[in-house]
Amino acid sequence: MRPLTEEETKIFFEKLAKYIGRNIVHLIDRPDEPYCFRLQRDRVFYVSEAIMKRATCVGRDNLLSLGVCFGKFTKTLKFKLHITALEYLAQYAKYKIWVKPSGEMPFLYGNHVLKAHLGRITEDTPEHQGVVIYSMGDVPLGFGVTARSTQDCRKLDPSAICVFHQADVGEYLRDEEHLT
Amino acid sequence: MGTRGRQAKKQQREPAPLDESTIARIKGVPVGAKAKNGSKKAAKGKAGASLDRNTKKAGNQNGKGGARGKTQKSVEEVSAIGESDDEEATLPPAKRSKDINGKPKQKRTPADEPEVEPELDEDSWEDLDDGFDDVEDDGMDMWDDAELEDDEDGLMGDEFDDLEGSSDEENGGGQTLAMAFGSDEEGSDGSEDDELEVEKQARELDEQAKEDERLADEELQTNIAQREVFVLPSGQEIEKDAQVAEDVSLVQTRIQEIIRVLNNFKELKDPDRPRSEYIDQLIKDIATYYGYNDYLAEKLFHLFPLSEAIEFFEANEVPRPVVIRTNTLKTRRRDLAQALINRGVNLEAVGKWSKVGLQIFDSPVPIGATPEYLAGHYMLQAAASFLPVMALAPQEHERVLDMCAAPGGKTTYIAALLKNTGCLFANDANKDRLKSLMANCHRLGVKNSVVCHYDGREFPGVIGGFDRVLLDAPCSGTGVISKDPSVKINKSDEDFRMLTHVQKELILSAIDSVDATSKTGGYIVYSTCSVTVEENEEVIEYALKKRPNVKLVPTGLEFGREGFVSFRGKKFHPTLSHTRRYYPHTQNMDGFYVAKLKKVSNKVPGKTSTESEATGEDSNVKTSSKKTKVEEQTESYGFDEEEDKQYIAEAERKRLKRKGIKVTATPSKITEEEEAEAKSASAAPTETKQKTQQNGQAIAGEPSIGKKQQQRADKKAAKKAALKRLKAGEEIEVDIDENGAVDAKASTGSAPAGQTKSAKGDARENHPAKKRKRAGN
Repeated sequence: MRPLTEEETKIFFEKLAKYIGRNIVHLIDRPDEPYCFRLQRDRVFYVSEAIMKRATCVGRDNLLSLGVCFGKFTKTLKFKLHITALEYLAQYAKYKIWVKPSGEMPFLYGNHVLKAHLGRITEDTPEHQGVVIYSMGDVPLGFGVTARSTQDCRKLDPSAICVFHQADVGEYLRDEEHLT
Repeated sequence: MGTRGRQAKKQQREPAPLDESTIARIKGVPVGAKAKNGSKKAAKGKAGASLDRNTKKAGNQNGKGGARGKTQKSVEEVSAIGESDDEEATLPPAKRSKDINGKPKQKRTPADEPEVEPELDEDSWEDLDDGFDDVEDDGMDMWDDAELEDDEDGLMGDEFDDLEGSSDEENGGGQTLAMAFGSDEEGSDGSEDDELEVEKQARELDEQAKEDERLADEELQTNIAQREVFVLPSGQEIEKDAQVAEDVSLVQTRIQEIIRVLNNFKELKDPDRPRSEYIDQLIKDIATYYGYNDYLAEKLFHLFPLSEAIEFFEANEVPRPVVIRTNTLKTRRRDLAQALINRGVNLEAVGKWSKVGLQIFDSPVPIGATPEYLAGHYMLQAAASFLPVMALAPQEHERVLDMCAAPGGKTTYIAALLKNTGCLFANDANKDRLKSLMANCHRLGVKNSVVCHYDGREFPGVIGGFDRVLLDAPCSGTGVISKDPSVKINKSDEDFRMLTHVQKELILSAIDSVDATSKTGGYIVYSTCSVTVEENEEVIEYALKKRPNVKLVPTGLEFGREGFVSFRGKKFHPTLSHTRRYYPHTQNMDGFYVAKLKKVSNKVPGKTSTESEATGEDSNVKTSSKKTKVEEQTESYGFDEEEDKQYIAEAERKRLKRKGIKVTATPSKITEEEEAEAKSASAAPTETKQKTQQNGQAIAGEPSIGKKQQQRADKKAAKKAALKRLKAGEEIEVDIDENGAVDAKASTGSAPAGQTKSAKGDARENHPAKKRKRAGN
């Protein structure tokens, strides 16, 4: 376990900012407890400092996870956000998409969000913007990248893709191996 | 000629009265349904009994016996009796058995139905139906199969012909025949009609009915009394059965029979066979029927009283209900129930004992794949798995360790109870299962967890000082056979030994990982999904013995059976009644065991051979008691120095006198000198203490008393050395005890001095307090 280097931090925050923008500061400067990011085996973990201190007792080969895993760095130092970060993304998301009940299951299977499934969308969402996808009951389902801006979305025909799928909670069942 | 004569007879006068057996036969041949009933009875009753009945009934009008007897004997009997024409006659129309099969019957040998009349008075027949409930079908069958002699056949045939003839003549009405058959008991061929024929028939009907009833009751009695004593299969039979695959229903029947016998053993037992043979056979049958290996069948059988054992085995064949646990970090039970009901799931709260459990009855959608599940609103978890966490009851801001955490149901429940505060270490020894643990933690939104991969036994070494520890130990899984039937066959003695060994080590590690001085905690919960005593009570007993600083406390679970305090000769600590056992057949949840321990002190007392019961002693009491124990030992084994000095002095004086050396010093002084000498001499390595003493004295005895200062100095040094030696002598004993190499000798006279020296060094360092004490002595 080690803290992130400058470069890694930069890449990581850039990725995060795509979804939560400037709210990253809320992740770090929390009112209750100081939290920190740590790197263990190429994965970035978000954990309170107290817990992190205790976790230093655990050996490098034995420590598998602490706190919440946000994602991992690939071999070429690109950062991939995992679905496990959804809770924080959902909390601080700037742009949101609500999906109709008919569109829940297709999205949970890993498909993109079509215009037909689109329920609501926050105003002035730019194109290729990271968004968090909710069900109509405000349950976060995953996140993605918009294909079109809000205005353009209105003009789309029903079978066109609105939002590219990045991650969804169905991956807990489909993709458990890669998550962990 | 004869025929003509009979015909004439019939027409002219009443026929001879019928024999009871023939009447019986007639009755036994009637309506099919009745006959079947009768056949059942025959199956139940035994041949002998029926034979008896036959003969009995031969004397009565009751036709049952004749009808029921399956044996040829009865047939022959009847047929023999039937030979006499005289007795053929008076059969009330109602008693005439209807030939159900009609014509086919007539085609059979005439002997089959001598007096069968194809046509009967329906009404009267029906009246008799009630009385004839148990007339058996076999009457007919018997007649079908019976091989009767021709003579009798002929006779019967004649009778039959008569009947036939008469029936032909009297189509539809049995009146004439009735009249013809009217009087039989009287035995008179031509019975006078004192009473109307009808009245006579009515009377006979009534008598018949009464007779039937009486015989029915008797038969019932005889049935009960004569039900055969269940006989265990002999050794040869067992071997034979072992080779041939036994019929399952047969095994099942035998199980029921043995249970019946065992329940009422005094009366129903076979005097030649002891109870243990019955039980052995029962266990074998259970193993065959339910598919267990013999070892496990016996083990599980002995856990329960007889009736419960079968219930337990039965319950293991049926799955337990599906239960889910609401994740209170993300939702509430009410909301979740509502959401699931909207999806069409049929569910209900699991019981009063849990606020987060929901029992699923049926669901149109897969419960493990709903969007709510994926969002982490609930977790599929067996009801029994709630219990250890409920017993643990973690408080917020506590540090909790879950030693065998995968796949994470209990871990996430702990996190929910902690409300994501504090720190939760989730450990598992199996790396593959850790993946699902991590996935579950993330899915359910657990933020305060540290997942690590250690063997649980490493634990206080990695990190200790937890407030609570949950040990859901790896076990044989005999409580979850309904989920995993392979447990029935793949568990052996070796498995149990390995498992219990690991469990014992794990529980000691768990106990050592807890901080007893924690303000809110200091608890360990041990749980297994097994019902055997080796993995449950024995492990706790071991922990209590090895760690006197823990004690059992109530689990806080209101239901469940108390753990065993003694089991088949093994006796456990009485507080084991605080632990709880759960069974599939009583609580309808997986077999489970939960025990809650409280650590009272952080000091681990050294291994002592005998340990008092684990009561709540604080560390001071513990160490002092230990000290007193050591003191007692020294007192019992140690030297009484004053006394010894005298004896030593005496012996030395005598020796010197013999040698011729003048011993001028007074006994007291001598003792001092001798002490001093002894002490000084001990500095030099010698083989035995006594030898040392003697040598020292020999050397020192010669110089006179004059050099007092030197002597004083010597004395001091020698005193010290001797004290050390003595102490070392005692401490040698103690050291041996503490180090575990039990070599306690009553006197260290022959103790090797080399040890003395080294032990002295150690003793000096380790036990300064004791040294001072010795000096006090």
